[in-house]
Amino acid sequence: MRVALLGFGSVGRGIARAILTKGLDITVTGLADSRSGIIDAGGIDLAEALTRKEQGEPCGNSRISPMDVVEKAEYDILVEVTPTDVRTAEPALSHIRGALRRSKHVVTSNKGPIALDYPGLRALAEANGVLLKYEATVCGAIPLIHAMQEGLAGNTITRICGVLNGTCNYILTRMAAEGLTYEQALAEARDLGYAEADPTYDVEGIDAGIKLVILANTVLNMETTLDDVERTGITLLSPEALQLAEDQDCTIRLIGEIIPEAGVLRVSPRIVAKVHPLVVEGTLNAVTVEADLAGDLTFIGRGAGSTETASAVIGDLLYIQSRHVQGS
Amino acid sequence: MKLEMRDQPGQLVAALKPISTVGGNIIAVIHQREATTPTEALGVQIVLELPEGRLERLLELLREQGVSVVRIGEERLLYECTLIMIGHLMHTDLSDTVNQIDKTGSAEVTELSMVMPAIDSPSSARITIRSTTRAEMKKAIRILRTVAEQKKLLIIEPLEDI
Repeated sequence: MRVALLGFGSVGRGIARAILTKGLDITVTGLADSRSGIIDAGGIDLAEALTRKEQGEPCGNSRISPMDVVEKAEYDILVEVTPTDVRTAEPALSHIRGALRRSKHVVTSNKGPIALDYPGLRALAEANGVLLKYEATVCGAIPLIHAMQEGLAGNTITRICGVLNGTCNYILTRMAAEGLTYEQALAEARDLGYAEADPTYDVEGIDAGIKLVILANTVLNMETTLDDVERTGITLLSPEALQLAEDQDCTIRLIGEIIPEAGVLRVSPRIVAKVHPLVVEGTLNAVTVEADLAGDLTFIGRGAGSTETASAVIGDLLYIQSRHVQGS
Repeated sequence: MKLEMRDQPGQLVAALKPISTVGGNIIAVIHQREATTPTEALGVQIVLELPEGRLERLLELLREQGVSVVRIGEERLLYECTLIMIGHLMHTDLSDTVNQIDKTGSAEVTELSMVMPAIDSPSSARITIRSTTRAEMKKAIRILRTVAEQKKLLIIEPLEDI
């Protein structure tokens, strides 16, 4: 199976390392980071590319753009793992459209295109007879989308709620455990690399909101945008509020919630009993799916990280390989 | 509320239908095996929710069925919900915030714990609301949300549906 890999940051390198160490039957024929690209029908030496990248060099030739890789390389599946732009979804949206138009399958971890134009991309994929997979866009390693689309096929999903952002969960866990202020816990999260220099995307609930939009549009057949999500972040939370919750054997977690029938899409801090399965520690994610036949199911796992996100991407790649790629 | 009746053959079955007819919701049926006091009759207790103003009609239907109701215990504030508020609670007139809920008549604030860490910094409070019905609780929380928006307070609601 031949793959073109766009994006060679934390996720892209995690995928490359997994392909190498697991001995997967995957040949990478195109590779690009933001500054350079390589096209090699015979297969790119991933170990060498990783070494170059880790020494701070571009992974390939600066005259080859990511779009050149999309349009000129010979591959079966495009893996799009460039950074997310929530407003425009570019350049990922163009990369994905370009590959689908060439009748290439696409696997992505990029939330932008899926949140912004899932119906359009799905129609384009169907028109070209290929698959579009996006497991890694929601909750990293947790195979949530696959579980709902395949495992729970036939169920009506009445509610989804969960801890969808590891950064916020880390901050709230630390505030509850140590009585830290929001600012202190955020500073600690930054030191550990769990929070960005500008944490707005995480702490204002934007990241969790986008994940709700993706779940609503892809699994629940809703048509929503980020503007439809009622959103409250965690920046105003006080250690006293956490203590007041603690006094009643509860805690506070940032919860994303979808109730399809009531049209509810909401991200907000909520009071949760400490024994509730959604109360997970640190950067973990947890999601409860309420389904009519299956009842309640709770998934807990790592929602971010290089290897964890690679796990979801590789799951999608092998799914497509086992069903749709000829001669592999 | 709680209905008590004598444990006679057929009484329980006869009592259940009228409850659903008037839109009541049975929460529990308690069958007393032995009397705890000499004056207490062996009986059956039914714990149920009833929409406002349907009690008279229910009692009428029960009488028609030949069910003799021994005692009616009415618990008015059946639903409870605890929330946390963060913000300038005192400066934005906390008693007005509480009063907005109390004046509905069907929901009231029954408990309030507040922590004020320092002058001029936001305070945090845990507030417990009790109400007669689920619909009244939802209404009380809607009122609280509106007040919070006007007063720029953060309301943290429980995860579970009310």
